[in-house]
Amino acid sequence: MEYEAVIGLEVHAELLTRSKMFCSCPVVDLTEAEPNTAVCEVCAGMPGTLPVVNRRAVEYALRVALALECHIARESVFARKNYFYPDLPKGYQISQYELPLATGGRLPIRTSHGERSVRIRRVHLEEDTGKLTHVEGPEGPYSLVDLNRAGVPLLEIVSEPDMHTVEEVRAYGRGLRQLLRYLGVNTGDMQKGLLRFEANVSVRPKGSQELGTRVEIKNLNSFKALEEAVAFEIRRQIRVLEAGGRIEQETLGWDEARRVTVSQRGKEEAHDYRYFPEPDLPPLVVDDDWLEQVRAEMPELPWEKFRRFQEVYGLPEYETALLTADRPVADYFEVAVQAARKHGVREPLRVAHWMTGELFRLLNQRGLSIEEAPVPPEELAALLGFLQRGDINKNTAQRVLAEMFETGQRAQSIIEARGLRQVSDESRIHQWVEEVLQAHPDEVAKYVKGKEGVANWLFGQVMRKARGQANPQVVRKILMERLQALRRDQANA
Amino acid sequence: MKPLWQWNLTDIVQALHRGEVSSEEVTRAFLERIQALEPRIHAFLHLEPEAALHQAREADRRRAKTQDPDTLPPLLGVPMAVKDVLTVRGMPCTCGSRILEGFVPPYNATTVQRLLDAGVIILGKTNTDEFAMGSSTENSAYGPTRNPWDLSRVPGGSSGGSAAAVAARMVPAALGTDTGGSVRQPAAFCGVTGFKPTYGRVSRYGLVAYGSSLDTVGTLTQTVADAALLFPYLAGFDPRDATTMDVPVPEVVLSQEPDLRGLRVGVPREYFVEGVHPQVEAAVHAAIRHLESLGAEVQEISLPHTPYAVPVYYIIAPSEASANLARYDGIRYGPRIQGETMWDIFFKTRGRLFGPEVKRRIMLGTYALSAGYYDAYYAKAQKVRTLFRRDFERAFREVDLIAAPVAPSTAFPLGSKTQDPLAMYLEDIFTLPANLAGIPGLAFPVGFDQDGLPIGMQLMAPPFQESRLFAVGHAYQSTTDWHTRVPPLHP
Ligand SMILES: [Zn+2]
Repeated sequence: MEYEAVIGLEVHAELLTRSKMFCSCPVVDLTEAEPNTAVCEVCAGMPGTLPVVNRRAVEYALRVALALECHIARESVFARKNYFYPDLPKGYQISQYELPLATGGRLPIRTSHGERSVRIRRVHLEEDTGKLTHVEGPEGPYSLVDLNRAGVPLLEIVSEPDMHTVEEVRAYGRGLRQLLRYLGVNTGDMQKGLLRFEANVSVRPKGSQELGTRVEIKNLNSFKALEEAVAFEIRRQIRVLEAGGRIEQETLGWDEARRVTVSQRGKEEAHDYRYFPEPDLPPLVVDDDWLEQVRAEMPELPWEKFRRFQEVYGLPEYETALLTADRPVADYFEVAVQAARKHGVREPLRVAHWMTGELFRLLNQRGLSIEEAPVPPEELAALLGFLQRGDINKNTAQRVLAEMFETGQRAQSIIEARGLRQVSDESRIHQWVEEVLQAHPDEVAKYVKGKEGVANWLFGQVMRKARGQANPQVVRKILMERLQALRRDQANA
Repeated sequence: MKPLWQWNLTDIVQALHRGEVSSEEVTRAFLERIQALEPRIHAFLHLEPEAALHQAREADRRRAKTQDPDTLPPLLGVPMAVKDVLTVRGMPCTCGSRILEGFVPPYNATTVQRLLDAGVIILGKTNTDEFAMGSSTENSAYGPTRNPWDLSRVPGGSSGGSAAAVAARMVPAALGTDTGGSVRQPAAFCGVTGFKPTYGRVSRYGLVAYGSSLDTVGTLTQTVADAALLFPYLAGFDPRDATTMDVPVPEVVLSQEPDLRGLRVGVPREYFVEGVHPQVEAAVHAAIRHLESLGAEVQEISLPHTPYAVPVYYIIAPSEASANLARYDGIRYGPRIQGETMWDIFFKTRGRLFGPEVKRRIMLGTYALSAGYYDAYYAKAQKVRTLFRRDFERAFREVDLIAAPVAPSTAFPLGSKTQDPLAMYLEDIFTLPANLAGIPGLAFPVGFDQDGLPIGMQLMAPPFQESRLFAVGHAYQSTTDWHTRVPPLHP
């Protein structure tokens, strides 16, 4: 029997606000800040304290909801999700439950089968928990609590079970990450846990409309883990069903080392979270004015940019995808294209190739992002101008770019300081050609007698004489004219 | 001249302004009174006499130095007490519970901060039922407070410490909290004036939460005028409490003329039923007739959902409490009872350090919110709650104020209801509706029973109409003297 997988993704994204969801503590990098230094009485859950909603966090959530074309609730409600754990200072998490901020959207994805969209079920706001570190002490194990993360705004985005292949999962995951980064609401850093994925996976006989029993996979801290875990789980479930077994509804974790999913929590421990509306917070009201203000701040969305780059710059799909993957890359490209035009470079594709080729290679080598590139887009454009005018050749341009990268100097200064400007002046080149021909009469004679290969050797000698600064096309043209003239003279003699 | 400790808040503020008395003299008088009576009444859980005197001297120096007395904080050097469920920076906050023993909050409740900004000196923290759960102050883990009118009786609760302290003239005024009657009922039992504001009028920041959608911060004073004096300092929007409303706080100007012509007073028939002590009923009826004699028009009204107040309240408040009290796990503050595992620590700490009534309400609330019961209990209770609001909305289309007894009886003997939680819950039947509807209420003495125990009446007004309560209450008190009676305590 053929099987079909049914996959839904749940994404938790920490929002890049300056302060926490319900207090004014700063949001800090957990890997850098001293534990428990960004904590106040509110996020520590001290008696008598009250939460106040961070409006910026709501605006970030609205950006995402608008981008996903969700229905935005004019009144949404925060609830308390009750459970005991030492990383949860109040003993409950404030989250949206019955009435979330937004419902019913879609995310366009692109796979080898073309473009389609994955439906979004809901988008809601909540607060993150603290972080526990389990330590093996000499007198037994103990745990350390860091509340720096407690109360950091968290956006939960839940898809419908709309995906059927690992490729779709990848496209959705990457697409959503790209969107969050575009909107400036999340860094997309999965290693640091700022973006966290959970997958719901079930399989069913192909053609069936019923859903199979699903499992939930947590602990996916990279795209690789997400894709491998989903692929593993699809194979495992098919194997179980083919052997006549049944799928247990359970929560699984991904064991990175063994590359298998492992059971995390049994049914008997299933929680009753006893949700009820948070009495400390009135319903969250989003009125027209506020929504319009957020809409006005919306940047161009990834898929809009993709379409525009294809249409306006005539770029092929591959280059478009690379250049629109990140907003700063796309911005760099557009500035460079503008500037290049002033230098006489009219083909955006040429800029695209230099970016995706040389520039990306240099950035990768040094592990830099485009924002950290020592070469601003205007300077890349200037360099391409020199190339376009024939002042330098491609090899020289590559060398110059590497040096610009290294030293931060401008293209022009490097070319001039090093005398790299290639000579296209025909009289200079004539002179070099004559000198070479006179210095090597034997080789010239060989050519004249019909040994074609000697022409290349002579070309090399001229280039050497010009110390690489001669325009090779001009050199070849003049050399060949001279050699052919000598041949004609010989024939006529 | 009356001894200083008998002065009410208004008198003290005026005398301080006029320089007729120093803050040190006033503060010392009350501290001496406390010293003499506290062993018998046990109104306080924490006292800071030295710090208070120091602040009083500081206030006097400040007053002596100033060129322009109008720039001084208006309540400079006035001593008060604060119920121990409100945080005062640097003072222990136990909430009457073992689970917060030794906890010293590093922040002030907004109400406390506003009083301090106005110049008030806080003498100490008053006794309370554990986490404000109770109607007699017997649920305090630190021993009950006694009623100054009869030391064998309860002062009411949960703000029993504050009410008893004001009744015994140990402080001129105190903050209390009212979730289901916890300011008004002890005020009635102790013969003082208890004021509960509209929900959303006064910040709850720093009030250790019990039933968050019902909790309010109120005052216990000798007179209505004193309550009106404090109100503007406490009321108003607070950016730290999202449930406070940005409604202007009117200046309260009390008329010297007790003229109530044009005022329509509603008397709800559901508040005069079997179970109400005849002497309470008689005193309240007499008080209503007194309002009538001042010009008010009295009419009978109906608040038909009154009988459901107890079941609705005892689902909503414990449900919220079950979440509010989840934070007391021994991990971050308060005492911890060590255990083998993390769960063991949770179970032991909570199991041993919460008292029986608190545990009862946590279990009630946990049950009411559980999967499969939520709709039948919590969701249903919330629906009925809206009916209370509608009851009052309908009533207030016909009348300006509602007058009713505060409690079915007068102060009962210590221990007489502790074995019967339901009987204790029924104590709150007449005070709960105002909390469920979020409307303001004012309780004040309108007589004494044959045992010499005070009887209270409450007035209820539409949301944000506190000034109406003050006007009518003040008219009553300027033509009666029940509120001036002092319990016969002999130091
Ligand atoms: Zn904080």
